[in-house]
Amino acid sequence: MNEEKNVLQEEIDALEAEKEVVSAEDEAAPNAAIELDELDEKRVFLTPGQMVMKRFFRNRLAVIGLVILVLMALFCFVGPLFSPYSETELFYLDKTTGEEIRMTESDRITNAVLNSKALPSAAHWLGTNEMGQDMFTRLMYGGRISLLVGFVVVAVEMLVGVTLGGIAGYYGGKVDMIIMRLVEIFVSIPFIPLMLILSSLLISLKVSPENKIYYTMFVMGIIYWAGVARMIRGNILSLREMEYMQAAEATGIRTSRKIFKHLIPNVMPIIIVMATMDLGGVILMESTMSFLGIGVGQPYASWGNMVSSVNDNVIMRNFLNIWLPPGICILLTVLAFNFVGDGLRDAFDPKMKR
Amino acid sequence: MRQYIIRRVLISLIVLFGVSIMLYTLVRLMPSDYVSLSTANSQKMTEEMKENLRAIYGLDKSIWQGYLDWLWNAIRGNLGESLLFKRPVTEIIAKYAPVTFSIAAIALVLELLVAIPLGVLAARKQYSKTDYIITTCVFIGISLPIFFFAAILKRIFGFYGLNWLPISGMLTARVTYDGFTFAKFLDYAKHLILPITCFVLTGCGGMLRYTRTNMLEALSSDYVRTARAKGVPEHRVVYSHAFRNTLIPIVTLLGASLPSLFSGAAVTEGIFALEGLGNIALRASNMADVPYLMGFNMFLAVLTVLGYLVSDILYAVVDPRVRLS
Repeated sequence: MNEEKNVLQEEIDALEAEKEVVSAEDEAAPNAAIELDELDEKRVFLTPGQMVMKRFFRNRLAVIGLVILVLMALFCFVGPLFSPYSETELFYLDKTTGEEIRMTESDRITNAVLNSKALPSAAHWLGTNEMGQDMFTRLMYGGRISLLVGFVVVAVEMLVGVTLGGIAGYYGGKVDMIIMRLVEIFVSIPFIPLMLILSSLLISLKVSPENKIYYTMFVMGIIYWAGVARMIRGNILSLREMEYMQAAEATGIRTSRKIFKHLIPNVMPIIIVMATMDLGGVILMESTMSFLGIGVGQPYASWGNMVSSVNDNVIMRNFLNIWLPPGICILLTVLAFNFVGDGLRDAFDPKMKR
Repeated sequence: MRQYIIRRVLISLIVLFGVSIMLYTLVRLMPSDYVSLSTANSQKMTEEMKENLRAIYGLDKSIWQGYLDWLWNAIRGNLGESLLFKRPVTEIIAKYAPVTFSIAAIALVLELLVAIPLGVLAARKQYSKTDYIITTCVFIGISLPIFFFAAILKRIFGFYGLNWLPISGMLTARVTYDGFTFAKFLDYAKHLILPITCFVLTGCGGMLRYTRTNMLEALSSDYVRTARAKGVPEHRVVYSHAFRNTLIPIVTLLGASLPSLFSGAAVTEGIFALEGLGNIALRASNMADVPYLMGFNMFLAVLTVLGYLVSDILYAVVDPRVRLS
């Protein structure tokens, strides 16, 4: 009973809060004499998109996630423009004076040692790694790769998954049967061995480490499509039975119009939520692969391969500045995508009232 | 029901056939085969000797020929002999499976013990502070890269930190035990605390969210309203009316987690140097051990397909509204 009362109380509170909003608008409006009814009518004109936005921004965790993502994107894509160093640059120390020498000053390098594992300083905010590269700069470039991988993989998987899932769900029958068996095959293939095989294939084909990641992304997208297709198919199947689809059928419009005007907009929320959540998942997978040494490799940076320095006991013990920041970056980014995805799911769900 | 199961099994066989073709092709496409990898350091090997070795291992056949041979043997229950370990593949799987299985099973039970009560709690107090804290923790768990979390745990509790717990292996080196004593059991337990913590904290998030969502749905349903209206005590409403209905999806989730009991997170096993199937599979992939990779991955594929079948059947068993046809 208590719970029930609480729920009721909450609803009343919500109603009152809305009224307050209305009255606030009332005061702010130039014509103070507008009646409540009229305002209520105005409220009806909130488009579904605006309603989703409103619900989304009311969710604290989702907004935090969005802020983290924006900051991360700025850090990774704009940050490098302000960095005086490049991703792959090595730093040396003059043996006698202890002065730092950059890679470009080749005439002085002869008498120098690598400035590796330097502690954080004004010149290197997060110090340098075991190769004598600037950690802070690499953190920015590594993030670029992670975010880029996420977006490309999700784009590929969505393209393939939505198309095939949509076809399977809409047409049913034999087409459905074949596509769903394909989905099951792809779901049953273990992922890590597959990536190991792919990685050695790419090395033998003499693909440069710079381009390797693009092939890897493509393959990841091809593998991940199955989950998307299964989800989309299930939804299309149930949407097909809806009354508005029967109505659309009765008007005799083209199949393509039925699919793109009536079905796709209705699965859009699911697509968006899945894409957001998968972005986090893909970034996690990419970092795991880079950690295992089958993703992005030296001299290029990725958050995953930066954490892998931790395999050296000395670094694990004494140089937290080398392995902690990239790990935290992965955690924050994936967390932010999950927060945003969850917030979007709640915002899109008309049953959620808050 | 019976017809449904028979049809599903037949379809599963087709799927497994497809998986095996894809896997075999991929494994054989690996540019360097076992012979060139294992003889990379010995200069005395001539090309001729390598060719002989390839013939012995069956690596000289074309992919198609090799696949058909493998399939013919596999159907008769012979998965071949691992190139790396020189033992039958089934024997290796049987040897390492108990380790992986017991770790995964303990982790799964702990996950359930953590996830279900907390999920129910979060749903009962939706949008409260408790809910926010649980949700945030869950998302952190889901988003934690397992290798990073393992590194943090090792740094804090391991030899270079507080030195409370061993960070790798399954038993303390330089200690011998006669038979299976309590001391040996304790030693195992001590070694497994960190890996299992890793599994549980990164794994229970999904299940917790699932419990919470389904519990929320159940709590807002008509029968819960009715139960409350007729004055059933609150804990009975929650635990015998709402919770029992959320068990349905949880049971099906358990069916789907069948393969993960044996797949062994390769990464975690590798990091903590546990002698499990996942770790062995990583080594086998690095050495292009075709028979083991085929045997192990097909074993997992069978479990995956079986898991889906079991969860569908369980769904029909626990929910009388579902009819399989």
